[in-house]
Amino acid sequence: MISDRPAGTGVIIVTLLLAALLEVIPLPASIDWVRPEWMLLVLVYWVLSLPHRIGVLWGFFVGLYHDVLVGTTLGQWGLATALGAFVMLAAYKRMRVFTALQQCAVVFLLVGTVSLLAFLVQESVGRTLYPPYTILYSSVTSALLWRPVCAALRWVQLRFLVR
Amino acid sequence: MVAPAKPSYRLIIALVLAVIMMVLDQRTPWAAPLRHALGYLTAPIHYLAHLPVDSGEWLSEQTQSRGTLLDENRRLQRQALILEQKVQRLAVLEAENVRLRELLNSSADLDANVLVAEIIGVDPDPNRQEIVINKGAGDNVSRGQAVLDSQGLIGQVVDAGPLSSRVLLITDASHAMSVQVNRNGVRAVLAGVGQSSGLKLLYVPDTADIQEGDLLVSTGLGQLYPRGYPVASVTSVNHQAGTPFAHIAARPTAQLDRASHVLLVQPTQTPVRAEADNDQ
Repeated sequence: MISDRPAGTGVIIVTLLLAALLEVIPLPASIDWVRPEWMLLVLVYWVLSLPHRIGVLWGFFVGLYHDVLVGTTLGQWGLATALGAFVMLAAYKRMRVFTALQQCAVVFLLVGTVSLLAFLVQESVGRTLYPPYTILYSSVTSALLWRPVCAALRWVQLRFLVR
Repeated sequence: MVAPAKPSYRLIIALVLAVIMMVLDQRTPWAAPLRHALGYLTAPIHYLAHLPVDSGEWLSEQTQSRGTLLDENRRLQRQALILEQKVQRLAVLEAENVRLRELLNSSADLDANVLVAEIIGVDPDPNRQEIVINKGAGDNVSRGQAVLDSQGLIGQVVDAGPLSSRVLLITDASHAMSVQVNRNGVRAVLAGVGQSSGLKLLYVPDTADIQEGDLLVSTGLGQLYPRGYPVASVTSVNHQAGTPFAHIAARPTAQLDRASHVLLVQPTQTPVRAEADNDQ
């Protein structure tokens, strides 16, 4: 029930930290292009399943953590991820009735938009080298991995009674 | 029905906070404490991500045969002998250099303090050439310190976190430094191109005496890098009619994509004195 006492904040944080680990784990340079936005995927899952608890401010702080983790301008991912959480918060009812394919399409658009926002900030501080379409690669892999991530996190949620 | 909290208000708060932070981070040093505090939470992730590499190295060390170890030992002993022989000459040369510099009334280059660090992470963003090392402000690492490996300069510390630090490599597209040709002292600006093996010399006139194979060493101008460390070797020189400058490509002497341990150098250069010191 939604009115239940919230539980499992620690579990949510642990899943986000695991996503952070995947975000920086060393990979061959050619695979770095298609590295999915793990933290964003995990955050989107928690926003969709617990919209009354996990929202914009969670997004903001997850983004801030991402910024320090990968050394970007402080607030670059904070801004983008907060906006992503807001969009998901507005669309969570629709997302729940969407088919798998529709969900993947939404995740693709969301990850693309959020990455583009972050890219714009990075561009404005002069730390980009490649054209903006390169963020499409990670958006596609993020969309492809959405269902597996979703299944894994649903198992975690049921196993550890996160509500 | 009372909404628990309007997400749109929270969004506005988050956006305003983010914009303030970005401006503070770019224009002022005031965002540094926040980054430093969050560094306590992000450094363990970098250490954890490096754990598989670490344990793999440990495992291969443990399972190496006696024969391989003896071979390696012999090789290292030979290497140490050669290096010791070079150092013997270095002591004489250094003393001579100090004497000559005293004659010229310029400050002597002192030996720098060196700290060894291990690379624990590489920036996942292909747009940037950065690495993370396992020494932070707690080990007296500070922003602006020069980082080298055994072959040459690697880069500079751009963010000294509490437990780890970020190093901007010389190959990053936003990085440039002053170098000179070791052969004849011609100075130029060496800039990164964003790939781990590429560097270029900027604004070199067509007539400058720079040849393929020339060693480029740091000049110490800009007061960030210590003077006289090898940085790169010139790989190609192209003179194109119609363009004002020569196109000169170089390759870093350091093993930027292969190094696992780096040295942090604390420059102990005393500022240039306006007046000659007559005490000695």
